[in-house]
Amino acid sequence: MFGLANPTKFMRFSSLLLPYLVIITLGSLGFGLYTVFNAPEDVLQGPLSRILYVHAPSAYLAQAIYVFMALANFTGFIWRHPLADMAAKNAAPIGAVFALLTLITGMLWGKPAWGTWWVWDARLTSVLILFIMYLGYIAIWQVIEDQVKAARVATIVAAVGLINIPIIKFSVEWWNTLHQPASITTSGSAIHPTMLTALLVMFAAFTFMFITLLFISVRTEITRRRARALEMRILQKNIAQTNSKLANSALKNSEAQ
Amino acid sequence: MKPLLALLRRDINLFFRSGGGAGQAIGFYLVVIILFPFGVGPDINLLARISIGVLWVVLLLAILLSAERIFADDLEDGSLTLLLTAGPLPELVILVKLIAHWLCIALPLLLITPFLALMLNLPAGGLIPLIICMSIGSLGLCALATIGAAILVAIRRANQIIALLILPLYIPILIFGVSATTDMTYQIEKPYTSLLILLGITLISLIIAPFASAQALKANL
Repeated sequence: MFGLANPTKFMRFSSLLLPYLVIITLGSLGFGLYTVFNAPEDVLQGPLSRILYVHAPSAYLAQAIYVFMALANFTGFIWRHPLADMAAKNAAPIGAVFALLTLITGMLWGKPAWGTWWVWDARLTSVLILFIMYLGYIAIWQVIEDQVKAARVATIVAAVGLINIPIIKFSVEWWNTLHQPASITTSGSAIHPTMLTALLVMFAAFTFMFITLLFISVRTEITRRRARALEMRILQKNIAQTNSKLANSALKNSEAQ
Repeated sequence: MKPLLALLRRDINLFFRSGGGAGQAIGFYLVVIILFPFGVGPDINLLARISIGVLWVVLLLAILLSAERIFADDLEDGSLTLLLTAGPLPELVILVKLIAHWLCIALPLLLITPFLALMLNLPAGGLIPLIICMSIGSLGLCALATIGAAILVAIRRANQIIALLILPLYIPILIFGVSATTDMTYQIEKPYTSLLILLGITLISLIIAPFASAQALKANL
């Protein structure tokens, strides 16, 4: 992990890994969708129940990415690992999109199943709050120009958020609960085995999708920074040339006088 | 201990002599509470039903809006750097500033709450629970606001972000503040459970805030 702190090494390593990641993601996603449409439908809900296979993996990733982001920030904070900060920065928009996807698929499912787009239920509300926390975190990276400083401040935001997420979840649950409790727990599963297989494949596919997207966006960021550094170097050279020309002409003028 | 007390006295003096501080928060609190009956209609029973929630939400926003002041003035004249580098532990300095902020902003708000509660037709017997819960909760709110203020010290053009950052953290205090007040007002069975949780969340916030704010200020200065 620490060898990868060097951007050049990371670029080489990730360019080797990326094709395989893309293949695994597309393959597992394809296989997942195939199993999803072969899995039995819910007796009561019919085809509607298939929303679950997008909804549940998104919800899991929305939460897991926040934890990943905070851990990456800690790594960057403690060991001054520049790529860890970049990983945290680039994971945030992906996490926000998954949180939004959870909300949207949940609303699409809620309208026919519950008869309403939105209820102020504990789980819906906590995903909404998670989404807002992602927005706040992204905003920090946007408004602080100095990226080193932004990384330090973002670490604090992520840490405070991580401590507070369980408290918020607990209090929102205290406040109102309507959503069905989790169907899959460590003690066993309440859903049909074929549905479970499809769901687990989708979980894996979504996780690989996140890893692939993260690699691509970190690579983009490194390339962008390099392009910017090059631009700055060219600008500086131009300025230096113009300055020396100006100095020469001034010298000639004074000599002529 | 002595320098900390001196700092507390200095902060309170500065606050009231530089003008506008507490007035702004009180004005906001007053105006928004008065606006509510125009929005939802003058029905006394409806107002009684929503009064506890409305008072809590507006208190929360008033504290949030004044948060920026905690560090802004000291940053401008350079004394913040001195306070954090010389003197006692930065965390203690921040804790004192937080308490000063609570005394200057939240306490005046609590003092005018009884009048506003009467105007919103707060249920009988609700006033004392409301004041107790609000004085505990507002301390937690001030603590969380301090984190936001410390983070925003570096960012001049983005005061709106504080709402995005801090409002999610305010939700537990709001939920348990309102539920503690309601439980005590209506004298349900075990009326103090929510109050104890509110107290716990406030204490956790008071512990987290100085450390998080100190780190944020160190990154910014």
